[in-house]
Amino acid sequence: MTFLSGLRDRLREGLKRSQEHLASGLAAVLAPERPIDDALYEELEELLLAADLGATLAADFTNRAREEVMFGTVTRADQLRPLFRRFLADTLQPAAQPLDLDHRPAVVLMLGVNGAGKTTTAAKLAAALSGSGKRVLLAAADTFRAAAIEQLQRWGERIDVPVIHQAAGSDPAAVVFDAVKAATARGVDALIVDTAGRLHTKANLMSELAKLKRVIERQLPGAPHESLMVMDAPTGQNGFAQARVFHETIGLSGVVLTKLDGTAKGGIVVRIVRELKVPVKLIGVGERVDDLQTFDAETFVDALLPVQ
Amino acid sequence: MLDSLSTRLQSIFDRLGGRGRLTEENIQEALREVRVALLEADVNFKVVRAFIDRVREKAVGQDVLRSLTPAQHVVKVVHDELVELLGGSGHRLTPAPHPPTVIMLIGLQGSGKTTTAAKLARWYTKQGQHPLLAAADTNRPAAQDQLQTLGGELGVPVVGGPGQTPLAICRQAREDAAARGLTPLILDTAGRLHIDEALLAELAAIRKEVLPHHVLLVLDAMTGQDAVTVADRFNKAVGVDAVILTKLDGDARGGAALSVRSVTGRPIAFAGIGEKTDALEPFHPDRLASRILGMGDVLSLVERAQEGVDQTKAEELVRKLREDAFTLDDFRDQLRQVRQLGPLDQVLGMLPFGKMLRAAPKDLTAESTDLGRFEAIIGSMTPDERRSPEVINGSRRARIARGSGTTVQDVNRLLKQYAQMRKMLKQLKGMEGKLRLPIPRG
Repeated sequence: MTFLSGLRDRLREGLKRSQEHLASGLAAVLAPERPIDDALYEELEELLLAADLGATLAADFTNRAREEVMFGTVTRADQLRPLFRRFLADTLQPAAQPLDLDHRPAVVLMLGVNGAGKTTTAAKLAAALSGSGKRVLLAAADTFRAAAIEQLQRWGERIDVPVIHQAAGSDPAAVVFDAVKAATARGVDALIVDTAGRLHTKANLMSELAKLKRVIERQLPGAPHESLMVMDAPTGQNGFAQARVFHETIGLSGVVLTKLDGTAKGGIVVRIVRELKVPVKLIGVGERVDDLQTFDAETFVDALLPVQ
Repeated sequence: MLDSLSTRLQSIFDRLGGRGRLTEENIQEALREVRVALLEADVNFKVVRAFIDRVREKAVGQDVLRSLTPAQHVVKVVHDELVELLGGSGHRLTPAPHPPTVIMLIGLQGSGKTTTAAKLARWYTKQGQHPLLAAADTNRPAAQDQLQTLGGELGVPVVGGPGQTPLAICRQAREDAAARGLTPLILDTAGRLHIDEALLAELAAIRKEVLPHHVLLVLDAMTGQDAVTVADRFNKAVGVDAVILTKLDGDARGGAALSVRSVTGRPIAFAGIGEKTDALEPFHPDRLASRILGMGDVLSLVERAQEGVDQTKAEELVRKLREDAFTLDDFRDQLRQVRQLGPLDQVLGMLPFGKMLRAAPKDLTAESTDLGRFEAIIGSMTPDERRSPEVINGSRRARIARGSGTTVQDVNRLLKQYAQMRKMLKQLKGMEGKLRLPIPRG
């Protein structure tokens, strides 16, 4: 995915704010001369909690740190930071996987709960692909939310990518059917399908999504090549339930973590990666079209727990 | 998940054997569980810490109410404290002495401002008022179209179009509302990050010039630990008078509300509970408290269960169980009781066999429409068929499906559920003596 590379500095810049926030806390916690005691563990655990890793994972990492201290591999407080960084990096390493777009057309399905940033992400991805010389098509399969189609159309005009759409309120399966047909007929490189936001608890909307996937599969065996759940970084523990249900329903190929340019760290993906083995394929670090980046475990750990 | 906290607390107290009085020691472990529950509900960890201290202070030394177990008592203390922190009896927006009342919505991208603006307009229309919507989100593509469409559906006028600045739109809207006698005026602003100084200044400028009576922070119920930072920054830069919690129709526990309340001291006014414009309701602190704890509201559920579950019917059920005579009629009774009590996932655990229903395939629990369908199916059976479902063959199934307006697949599904339940009941028969109906004591 060369079209997104070389932007690591931008990412660091985007993530800097969250780093600063956390770094000031950590420096105090991990002064080398500090004794390793319960208060220290508690503070460490709270740093992980603050990043939305969740109570279970935070307790787990903290207990593993206790073990290392017990075995004598760690003796000073300032060694704990590298230790936690290793825990995080080990967990996240398998999560960094590139998009699978070596198909013609490669079909990318964008899904997720309401307000996560699906339409914006679809447009940004389309812009990135189109900017790297690929021919791209967008499909406006969110026919439910008022003006969602217009939103994608505006984006299409802005980034010069055609948008397949029907009238508001029409059957999203029909839109998708048309879109796949158009993508095949026009011989484009990629088709990006924007779907309506849906809470994972709505059974009927989830089966609608499963149907969309079936429609694509039937028309184009092997597609969709990517089913990406878009989730925003401020999402808390509910993000895991979202990922689990979406994964069970249609099988996720990856997560896109958006809005990382705020102060939220998106730590819930650590749990998603660990327990569901779903990789993180892209992250969004700003509002600009080129603010969509590939996920890099190392950089992400830097944001969660900066090096001193 | 429903009663996981009370179950866990129960097992702690069972082990400690502590009864009668809550002490520093026997409450310690219980509070650890409460802490985890709050963290899993996305309450900010600092807020959790302060909260646990308060609860400990209150609980230690208390005598356990006679009608409750120690675990239930701790939950009660925690629950009461949560309700109090969340704002007691809830918050209502007072109308301005001189109309229009101006309501301004602010928040992060994707929190649900535009949808909420339309919902508020509908809410006030239902109250007999004539609101005006101002589409001042000039940033997100087609955001103004979205509000225009929603306003059109509701018959509520919308002002603001492309080419105007947000401030100009809000100013113009205020004049329009006054001139046309429309109130309240609801300002929909663009989503923005709480650390974007320039965009926050834009909001502050609107506030200063248009003088809204209520600035409402729209907050996604799924927000995690960052909610405190978001609320704090918005509050400092623009000023927040109250909060609207959105997307509560999912299964997020909504602990962010407690965080925001603690940090800003601002009340929560409304809750968004669905995608359609009618899915807005005044905020109920007691309901959210139960939700944060991941359980049905223990006490009121106990009350509701006592009212809803007919004690004699429950005893009858036990007798039938003993005689292995659980028929489709009984199955229907169970379904009806479930329906009477309200939100399914909350009450299932409270009912006799509710836990089994919950453990059963999702079919039954997923949507309450299924319950209606199941009732219709059983209603279309002959008394004979209800007593001994073995006689229901293919042609009877087709007849029942026709009669109930369902499909043969639905009938099959019901029969399968029934058979599964019966099987579970049989397994339970062996432990009859131990089987305690979860009908509360006292």
